[in-house]
Amino acid sequence: MAGIQKNISPTHIDILKEVGNIGAGNAATALAQLINKKITMRVPEVNIMSFDEIIDVVGGPENMVAGIYLRFMGGIDGNILFIIPYRNTLNLLDIIFGEKKRDLFCEFDPIERSALAEIGNILAGSYLSAISSLTKMLLKPSVPALAIDMAGAILSVPLTYYGHVGDTALLIDTVFEEGENLIKGHFFLIPDVDGYDNLFLALGGV
Amino acid sequence: MDVVKVGMADLKIVKNPQIITTLGLGSCVGVVLYDPEKKLAGLAHIMLPDSNNSKDNTNKAKFADTAIPYMIDLMLKKGAKKERLISKIAGGAQMFDFKGKSDIMKIGVRNIKAVKENLHKFNINIVAEDVGGNYGRTIEFNTNTGKLTIRSLGKGTKEI
Repeated sequence: MAGIQKNISPTHIDILKEVGNIGAGNAATALAQLINKKITMRVPEVNIMSFDEIIDVVGGPENMVAGIYLRFMGGIDGNILFIIPYRNTLNLLDIIFGEKKRDLFCEFDPIERSALAEIGNILAGSYLSAISSLTKMLLKPSVPALAIDMAGAILSVPLTYYGHVGDTALLIDTVFEEGENLIKGHFFLIPDVDGYDNLFLALGGV
Repeated sequence: MDVVKVGMADLKIVKNPQIITTLGLGSCVGVVLYDPEKKLAGLAHIMLPDSNNSKDNTNKAKFADTAIPYMIDLMLKKGAKKERLISKIAGGAQMFDFKGKSDIMKIGVRNIKAVKENLHKFNINIVAEDVGGNYGRTIEFNTNTGKLTIRSLGKGTKEI
C-alpha cells in the first residue's frame, strides 16, 4: 500500500485529473460522433481507493454492467476500462441497431457483442492517443475484450495488477452522459504503479 | 438473518446460524472451510495464487498460499478440529477472452490450481466445486446446512 501512496501530492492529483480530462474528452468526442448524440463529461475524479470502494463506484459487486477492457504498454503501462451499466448498454445497442424487444439479462448476439467491442476499441484508441500526444510517449494497446457481467467480477481482472503491490489502486474516473440520459458510463484509467511515476516524469510534475 | 460479507482479498470466520457471502467473484476464488460438527465456517476471497511473487504480501487473505493456512489457524482457535475440516470452492473465471499470452489473463486458472494445491497440502478434502468458465459468481454459505449457493447473472442459482 505504501508503494502507491508515496509521492502523490495535490499537484500530482491535478496532473492525473488533466490526463483523465484529455483522454476521456477525446473518447467522449469519438462516442458522440459514433452515435450522433451530444455527450457531456463530468470533471474526472482521482482517488486512491480500496478494491471494494472501486467496485462501489460502479454500483457494487453484483451490479450488471458491460466492461470493455484493454491493457496498454509503452512508456507507461496500465489499464483502460469502460464500464456501462447494463440498461445503458441496451440503449446504446438500440441507437446503433434500432430498438428491439429484449428479455432482462438476455444473451447478446455476436454482432451486438462485436459492435460493443468495436466501440470500445475506438474509444480506447481515442483515450490512449490523447495521452500519447500529451506525454509524447508511444502507448500500445492490447485488443480490447468485452464482458457483460457483475461489476465485481469484471473489475477483479485489472485490480489483480494492483494486488501484487497492495490493497488499493489509483483510479482516474470520468463519468460521461448522453443528454437524454440513455447512455451513461465510466471511463477508467488505472495506471500500473510504475506507470504513474513515468506519467509524472513525462508531464513535468515532480 | 445474520449475513456476513467478505470483500475482495479478505477472509472471515462465522458460526451457526450466520450466513457468509462474497459478491461478484470473477478471476478470484472463494474458498469455504467448514467444520460440520461445530458448524463453523471460514470464507476467503482469494485474489492471487502466490504471495512470493508480490512486493507486498502483508494481507494474508489475498493469496492462496497464505490465506488457507491462516484461515485454518483462525478456525482451530475458535474450536474447529483440523481433521473435520472440509472445503468447497467456487470462482476462478476467465472474464475476458484475450488473445494475448499474458499471464494475468489466465489468473483464474492459476488461482484455482494454487487453491487446490494448498488445500491438498493441508489434507483438506474439496467436497464440492464450481470453478472456471467465463462468468462472475456470488456465493453464499449456510453454516447450518453446509450448502454453498452460487448465483450467476442469467444463469440462475445452484447449490453445491
